[in-house]
Amino acid sequence: MNILLDLFLTFARIGLFTFGGGYAMIAFMERSCVEGKRWISHDELMDITVIAESTPGPIAINCATYVGYKQKGLAGAVAATVGIVLPSFCIILVISAFLDDFLKIAWVAHAFRGIKIAVGILIFDAAAKMICRMPKKPLPLAVMGGAFCAMMLINIFALRISSITLMLIAAILSLSIFGAKRNFAGERRDK
Amino acid sequence: MIYFDLFIGFLEVGLFSFGGAYGAIPLIRDVVLSHGWLEDEALAYMIAVGESTPGPIMVNLATYVGRSQAGLPGALIATAAVVLPSFVIILLVMTLLRKVLENPYAQAVLRGLKPCVIGIVLATGVYMIVRNCGEDAGSVNAPAAAMTALLAGIHFGSRKLWKGGLSPVGLIVLSALFGIACYGWR
Repeated sequence: MNILLDLFLTFARIGLFTFGGGYAMIAFMERSCVEGKRWISHDELMDITVIAESTPGPIAINCATYVGYKQKGLAGAVAATVGIVLPSFCIILVISAFLDDFLKIAWVAHAFRGIKIAVGILIFDAAAKMICRMPKKPLPLAVMGGAFCAMMLINIFALRISSITLMLIAAILSLSIFGAKRNFAGERRDK
Repeated sequence: MIYFDLFIGFLEVGLFSFGGAYGAIPLIRDVVLSHGWLEDEALAYMIAVGESTPGPIMVNLATYVGRSQAGLPGALIATAAVVLPSFVIILLVMTLLRKVLENPYAQAVLRGLKPCVIGIVLATGVYMIVRNCGEDAGSVNAPAAAMTALLAGIHFGSRKLWKGGLSPVGLIVLSALFGIACYGWR
């Protein structure tokens, strides 16, 4: 089979069957891209996971782009990435055409009043899991606490400050602390 | 121009979404609220729909918001915009910048970004929970508060009972049943 078509179809299948996103997908990737097609090695998949953690965007997209590029350059990267996005794109397109009418039904609207509560709990839980995995050192903890307080104030007072602003402040802060430490260490070495 | 706004808005989301699926939700919330594309209510519904359908949540939300604002072209533009940054960045990392992520300065930036994202996601979750439980004048909405306590108890308690606990989709289905039980069929 044409490799581009193969990339597209393989990633479309992954895109269609991965619920819960993120790490659920790694297992699926391992089966299809490592054991099945042998497009990448297990170590490479672990590398991609690390790269995905340090770059923006869903890990599914990062993986698809990586594997596609490795097999067939830019065209391969496009085929794999379009493949992984297309199923959810089509599904949401269909759902969104019906959702508004669907929400006018009384019991559906009531169900969604319950669902809204579950979503709050899921977001809280995602944050709790990230806190468990983060390094428990003073600086990260202080940055997290500061960002939490700032974001709460932004939410409560509906301030027009984007969370991107907070992220940029945190990045600059961390970078300048690192730079200062490095300078300090350099000066001590020079003496 | 709506197409341009959608493109830039979701490009920003794609570019700054560190920290996995839920890391992008505060960013999407910023963008859709500031443009008036969705209200908090509709956003929470779409997060639940995204969680219950395949694919990354931020792609689902981009498609939905794009379509609701500007039909099929809007959906295509928003989805392409949200995917584009991670696509380009992975290509750059693979070709030109193999070592950039190991650079100590890049590491320092990431060390600042990651805890900041965690704080932002935590604040978004806490704020959503508190707002669900409260009414306008700061009084408590008793049924919603009771449902929150019950669902949180089941969600975190189920992990003690079996490995992995209740799945997100399981929690969403359960909460839908609670909603109907609480507010009635009609």
